[in-house]
Amino acid sequence: MSVHKDILNGIIKENPTFVLLLGMCPTLAVTTSVTNGIGMGLSATMVLIGSNVVISLLRKFIPSKIRIPAFIVIIAGFVTLIDMILKAYFPSLSKSLGIFIPLIVVNCIILARAEAFASKNDVARSAADGLGMGLGFTLALIVIASIREILGNGTFLGLKLFGEGFQPAIIMILAPGGFLTLGTILGVINWWSQRKGRSET
Amino acid sequence: MIRELIAIVLGAILIENFVLVKFLGICPFLGVSKKVETAIGMGMAVTFVMALASMITWLVQTFILVPFNIEYLQTIAFILVIAALVQFVEMVIQKISPTLYQALGVYLPLITTNCAVLGVAILNIQKEYNFISSLFNGTAAALGFTLAIVLFAGVRERLELSNIPKALQGFPIALITAALLSIAFLGFQGLKL
Repeated sequence: MSVHKDILNGIIKENPTFVLLLGMCPTLAVTTSVTNGIGMGLSATMVLIGSNVVISLLRKFIPSKIRIPAFIVIIAGFVTLIDMILKAYFPSLSKSLGIFIPLIVVNCIILARAEAFASKNDVARSAADGLGMGLGFTLALIVIASIREILGNGTFLGLKLFGEGFQPAIIMILAPGGFLTLGTILGVINWWSQRKGRSET
Repeated sequence: MIRELIAIVLGAILIENFVLVKFLGICPFLGVSKKVETAIGMGMAVTFVMALASMITWLVQTFILVPFNIEYLQTIAFILVIAALVQFVEMVIQKISPTLYQALGVYLPLITTNCAVLGVAILNIQKEYNFISSLFNGTAAALGFTLAIVLFAGVRERLELSNIPKALQGFPIALITAALLSIAFLGFQGLKL
């Protein structure tokens, strides 16, 4: 399998949010606005690429018995790095993402990719896998955040979309809206793939 | 003091429920909520670990990170403390009470990656709680988690028997149910303490 296939794999076929259902907490929590979604997605992508590369480089040196703690320390190192960069250059984004930046450490996507992919493959492919998974995660966040921001706030990336008469459904940017949006999207994806399966047979 | 503690406890369980309002600990919430029994087991294990983790991370922050001016290592230090703690708790329970171990054993390793544990540790420091408040906040947040997961498991047991459109079976209907549960908890937002 070539490198660009690894990238595409993460974005579509094994999309971490819509197909693998990993990393639900940040997915639901930060998608109240598209800006937050993009910020979270790109931060997680950086951590994924960094940790995948380092773990892939060290995969022959880490004893398999203590590999999980070793992975967590590597991931936590990258998360601290991203946290400091965001605090220094994007203070408002860092503030609105808040506690969910340090919580990237326990995002199951990153540990899952470290265990399932980076610890078994070479550096180039691991970096590609990190990039693909990260972009897939970012894309999923943007989709969910767009729906929630447009319906719940009447804006997209902060731009007003509707006239004065629009009454935003505030519930969409509150907690229930997150569950509702993701549930509906997954339902639509299921319906779509079942329909496609029927027409093929 | 007591008034403040009651406010923290009620706030953490009802008003700012970790799962349904703050979105922390969603993975176990969706993953181990198919049966009420397992949900109670998971809730107990999480409560135990979160209470201990709140205390130990507070001590680490106050007596190690702050005096040495290395607060930026908070994330790394806390996740290591929690991972070690979970491992330790697992060993202790296995020695002391094999029955409890059998009940909780499967869930214990999963708790390391439960973001509610790391989340409560960081929130305690952010809100500048003292030792006692941190302990109460950690325990109450975990009880809130238990309440949410047990309620949700109860609903999901009924869902198994009902007639759901094919496309919505499994995760989609579970998430929509969680949304309704979350709307119910929004009602507590008006509670003034």
